[in-house]
Amino acid sequence: MIRALNLKAWLLLLPALSLLVAFTHWPTLKTFWRSVTWARSDVAPSQFVGLENYQLLLDDPIFWKVLENNFWYAVGTVPTSIGLAIAMALWVNGKIRHKGLLRLAFFTPTILPMITVANIWLFFYSPGIGLFDQLLASVGIQGPNWLGDPDTALPSLMAMTIWKEAGFFMIFYLAALQTLSPELFAAARLEGAGPWRIFRRITFPLLMPTTLFVLINALLNAFKLVDHLFILTKGGPNNASNLLLYYIYETAFSFLDSYYAATLTVVMLLALAVIALLQILLFDRKIHYR
Amino acid sequence: MRIFHKTVASALLASLLGTAGAASAATDLTMYYPVAVGGSLTKIVDGIVSEFEAENPDINVNAIYAGNYNDARVKALAALQSGEPAQLSVMFSIDIHELRNLDAIDAFDDLISTDEEREWLDSFYPALMENGKADGKTWGVPFQRSTIVMYYNKDAFREAGLDPEVAPTTWEEFAEMGKKLVKKDGSGNVERWGAMIPSTGYPYWMFGALTKQNSEVLMNQAGNETYFDNPGVVEALEYWQSLGNEHKIMPEGVIEWGTLRQNFLEQKTAIMWHSTGNLTTVKNKASFDFGVAKLPGNKELGSPTGGGNFYVFKNSSAEEKAAALKLVKFMTSPQQAANWSQATGYMGVSQAAYETDSLKNYVKEFAPAAVARDQLTHATAELSTHEAGRVRKFLDDALQAALTGQSSAKQALEEAQSQATRVLKRYK
Repeated sequence: MIRALNLKAWLLLLPALSLLVAFTHWPTLKTFWRSVTWARSDVAPSQFVGLENYQLLLDDPIFWKVLENNFWYAVGTVPTSIGLAIAMALWVNGKIRHKGLLRLAFFTPTILPMITVANIWLFFYSPGIGLFDQLLASVGIQGPNWLGDPDTALPSLMAMTIWKEAGFFMIFYLAALQTLSPELFAAARLEGAGPWRIFRRITFPLLMPTTLFVLINALLNAFKLVDHLFILTKGGPNNASNLLLYYIYETAFSFLDSYYAATLTVVMLLALAVIALLQILLFDRKIHYR
Repeated sequence: MRIFHKTVASALLASLLGTAGAASAATDLTMYYPVAVGGSLTKIVDGIVSEFEAENPDINVNAIYAGNYNDARVKALAALQSGEPAQLSVMFSIDIHELRNLDAIDAFDDLISTDEEREWLDSFYPALMENGKADGKTWGVPFQRSTIVMYYNKDAFREAGLDPEVAPTTWEEFAEMGKKLVKKDGSGNVERWGAMIPSTGYPYWMFGALTKQNSEVLMNQAGNETYFDNPGVVEALEYWQSLGNEHKIMPEGVIEWGTLRQNFLEQKTAIMWHSTGNLTTVKNKASFDFGVAKLPGNKELGSPTGGGNFYVFKNSSAEEKAAALKLVKFMTSPQQAANWSQATGYMGVSQAAYETDSLKNYVKEFAPAAVARDQLTHATAELSTHEAGRVRKFLDDALQAALTGQSSAKQALEEAQSQATRVLKRYK
């Protein structure tokens, strides 16, 4: 009986499982295998080289640069967009007029494809003719060369990413806020708690599951989203805004070096796995699930 | 035996599909074609292709548009590797060494047979053939080709008290006239720059012009040696730097390729160096009087050629290759090249194209259309090496490091040279 049930369960899982194996697990294994082999070109037979590719990676200054950039990119975008998302969600959850319109406005950046957004922001950032420089010019300041200066290129990308992501995360918080029971807040107010205290002691802790979910997604996105680099900076100037995934793309499709690209990909997969594990282990204990 | 099977199979297939006539009824060609942002190019290419199909009812052409040059190469090669049909493609003229390393393309010398075809292959401008040749054979036939030219705002020249018909011809004049063209508002902020040379996208290409003007080349024809740290090359980069940090006619930092044309059209710069491929758009959109001139020179005039060549893939049948050759010949014929040039601003690829009535009249009415052609006598090959993507990036990074003031021109180029030497070692 149990065996028959098992079989049925496996049969039901089969479609999803075969897709996962074919398009996720098998390519992952192949990527790993590729990272320990090498060949002169894509048509030559490849040979096992052990950890040679990883040795190359340690000696590659651009690899370290993109890793550093990715770190700052994550630090710069994730907390800010989560903070903004909570603030926006609290606001549009309150009793205000034109709530629907406001929510739509906050959500609009999410609807637009990243490439479209990047093309729009390319003109925002354009020196002289761009929106930001024109705004600055109207108060008599000559704007910087946003994307052309190594000091401002990465922060410029971060600003755009925050704008794009915050609205998306807001939706999750908005949904979570609407599930919180109003009695809790009524009771808190009866006890004389101020709005900040309510937020800190009730709202925020109850939102923790959402925050964990959003945090993981935001961190993964910091590694996974590079569409805008193709349009805005191509990783330049001189790798100042280059990120790991874009470097993988460059290595694979511009340098045509699929072996080194596979090595970089393995590093990226490991990093993502570690991030997800750490978060679940660390936060799980502190979160109040209902 | 095999042949027999094949014939039977194709006969069966033909009858199944209900095609009338012999089994060899039609040859299907798949052509990969790069288009940068902007839909008008696809319409023009589609037009040429359907004209070709009308003239050759036994050939069907399936044109696949695949993004920029890099995307087109990636998609065409991926198609080849997975066994999808692909007989020909327009790809970056500088992809030649890598395509040969992959053993993906045939030499045109091996595809042609008649004297007439040999004559056709010899009919192109020699400067445009430089990037298409290796080991004494021609692997790429020029089609969507360009050089860098100087666009300048004649109204701005008048305003600055300069003769609008005289563009700068030397580096000194360029810097001097640039200074006069810079316009500042009351509080000293720049309203219009003197000139802009783009340094994202294809910085190595712009740099190819400056080095040629200083009588230097960046690599050898075999593509396994670079000369990034020659004193003349360093000098060229120092001149480029000086336009921003010394003469102040150009913004410091890198200048975005993608928005440069808009900057010029909105009169935020009086001069821009850009591909001839922009000519028709600038002509249609400029609200002011503009001119086009050859780039200025130092020891000599100069610009690299650029753009895309036709390649025929090795992995095709003899009939397909013959049909592909026919299509390439059609698309590069003088009349088509003349139409193409007028529609886009790209160059007519042969002398004969400029001798057609339509292009002759066009040039008479609109003189800038001939500047690219006249500059061809001063042209040099575009940077093209083995491991092209990597080597280009070494140079691009060095140029951007120098232009943003992260390192000196000499130091940046020496580093790029040593890195390039390292990866090119195995190709000697």
